[in-house]
Amino acid sequence: MNQPTPHIADKFDVHVLRGRFPVLQRQVNGKNLVYFDNAATTQKPEVVIEALAGYYRQYNANIHRGLHALAEKATAAYEDTRRTIRQFIHAPEADEIIFTSGTTASINLVATAYGRKFLGAGDEVIISALEHHSNIVPWQLLCEEKNATLKVIPVDEKGNLVLADLAHLIGSKTKIVAVNHVSNSLGTINPVAEIIRMAHNAGAVVLLDGAQATAHIDVDVQALDCDFYAFSAHKLFGPTGVGVLYGKRSLLEAMNPYQGGGEMIKEVTFEKTTYAEIPYKFEAGTPNIADVIAFKAAIDFVEGLGDKSELLRYEQSLLQAATKQLKEIRGLKIIGEADEKIGVVSFVMEGMHHFDIGMMLDAKGIAVRTGHHCTQPLMHQFGIEGTIRASFSIYNTIEEVNFFVESLKQIVEKWR
Amino acid sequence: MEVNKDIKASIKDIQDEIIEEFSFLGDDRESTIFYIMELGQKLPPLEEKHKTEDNIIKGCQSKVWLTAGLEGERINYKADSNTEITKGLISLLIRVLSDQKIDSILNADLYFIEKIGMGQIIGSQRSNGLVAMIKQMKLYALAYKSKLN
Repeated sequence: MNQPTPHIADKFDVHVLRGRFPVLQRQVNGKNLVYFDNAATTQKPEVVIEALAGYYRQYNANIHRGLHALAEKATAAYEDTRRTIRQFIHAPEADEIIFTSGTTASINLVATAYGRKFLGAGDEVIISALEHHSNIVPWQLLCEEKNATLKVIPVDEKGNLVLADLAHLIGSKTKIVAVNHVSNSLGTINPVAEIIRMAHNAGAVVLLDGAQATAHIDVDVQALDCDFYAFSAHKLFGPTGVGVLYGKRSLLEAMNPYQGGGEMIKEVTFEKTTYAEIPYKFEAGTPNIADVIAFKAAIDFVEGLGDKSELLRYEQSLLQAATKQLKEIRGLKIIGEADEKIGVVSFVMEGMHHFDIGMMLDAKGIAVRTGHHCTQPLMHQFGIEGTIRASFSIYNTIEEVNFFVESLKQIVEKWR
Repeated sequence: MEVNKDIKASIKDIQDEIIEEFSFLGDDRESTIFYIMELGQKLPPLEEKHKTEDNIIKGCQSKVWLTAGLEGERINYKADSNTEITKGLISLLIRVLSDQKIDSILNADLYFIEKIGMGQIIGSQRSNGLVAMIKQMKLYALAYKSKLN
């Protein structure tokens, strides 16, 4: 059953938009590419690729210390990205934006540089059952080291966090609450404002893993009042290898440095080293200059598309069409039907393994993700090994959704 | 020596047969994958009691159980997997190596894998799994050889 093309805002024509992404023009396995693995990484628009190449072609230089023209230009471009990100997530100051290699590195930075200093024996860290391994393992390591306890906010059968249980978990021993803004496996948009309010009432700091959120939701760290916000460039149309950690100035200043090296020092003698101010205190060594610079082009690109809530509505129209049609397939079960979701649909098929389905979809040119999506505890809770996950982005179309469902039907019919 | 040569030829013959079968499929990835999965469906099921942790081949993303038994001087392999594609892959290996003599298995050059372009068909991760399967089959052969000597 084909769905009509949903209404698209005038300034946002999906077919024009697709033209800006070189990879979307190609074929795979002799078929037109249908890219539904956007939760893993998004494709890159031409402007990002150009910005990356432009840096290497025209002004490749190391930043901050050089006094020559190229170094000056590279430094300006690098710092320009920092200011752009400040605006993008509505942070108070650019100095509160730290560049890392990705969300995982940002979380590890906080677990190490904040956790090691402020967590003690008997303290508690709270995460949720929806977390990616990247927001589980750093806290496990920390809790093991500090003899602290890791607690988990449960998730219900629809994929919603059970906030009533958080009220019981949280207490005076809770020092850190770390949850994702949006679930990577199920697409659940979590009630983070409420979680932050509850955590702050108990005196705990909150880290939000925003890896899956920033491409879909307008993030305002001040309105949320979150203490730390971590995300990656590559899930936001930017290059791989760049992440961001936002942290409140007072917290960042109180933390120990994470890694030692160049850039992060004020003065080094063999007796004592004094550290640079934030953000440089946390940016030891030559950073990923080229990708940070190109990241600005990605953010400008997203901002140029207009109202985020409109983009999300478009993605959700794809989600609704996909969900409705998928449910018509006998033996298909959708995993995660939370009240609020981004364009992610995860499902299992009775009698068929997700790897087999993924491979057959790939043969038809459709890229989806199969497996546990780095959320094994969540998969265990649903009693499954993994799912097939289709995750949509703004450049996907209703025609692609229809083709995906039709292809899946063919596979199932042929195979049963 | 004569006998061994014949058996070697047999492994070769089976491989050539497979290469010919796959050549009919041409470059169409979809039909090739379906074909491999259909081969998997034809693989006789492994008894549940053999689906143990010990029999799982390490290095495969999917679960693959492999058992081997000595029948006379030949090794008989049985296998199963939780995914059809992997079942298809192991069924091809069983077709080539099962009921062959120990030395033939140990010396077997499995050129059909490259000839049919299996690497491109199944991708790098599953190719690693395929290598693990072959290694495990040869390890069984080696174990029986040292047991018999």
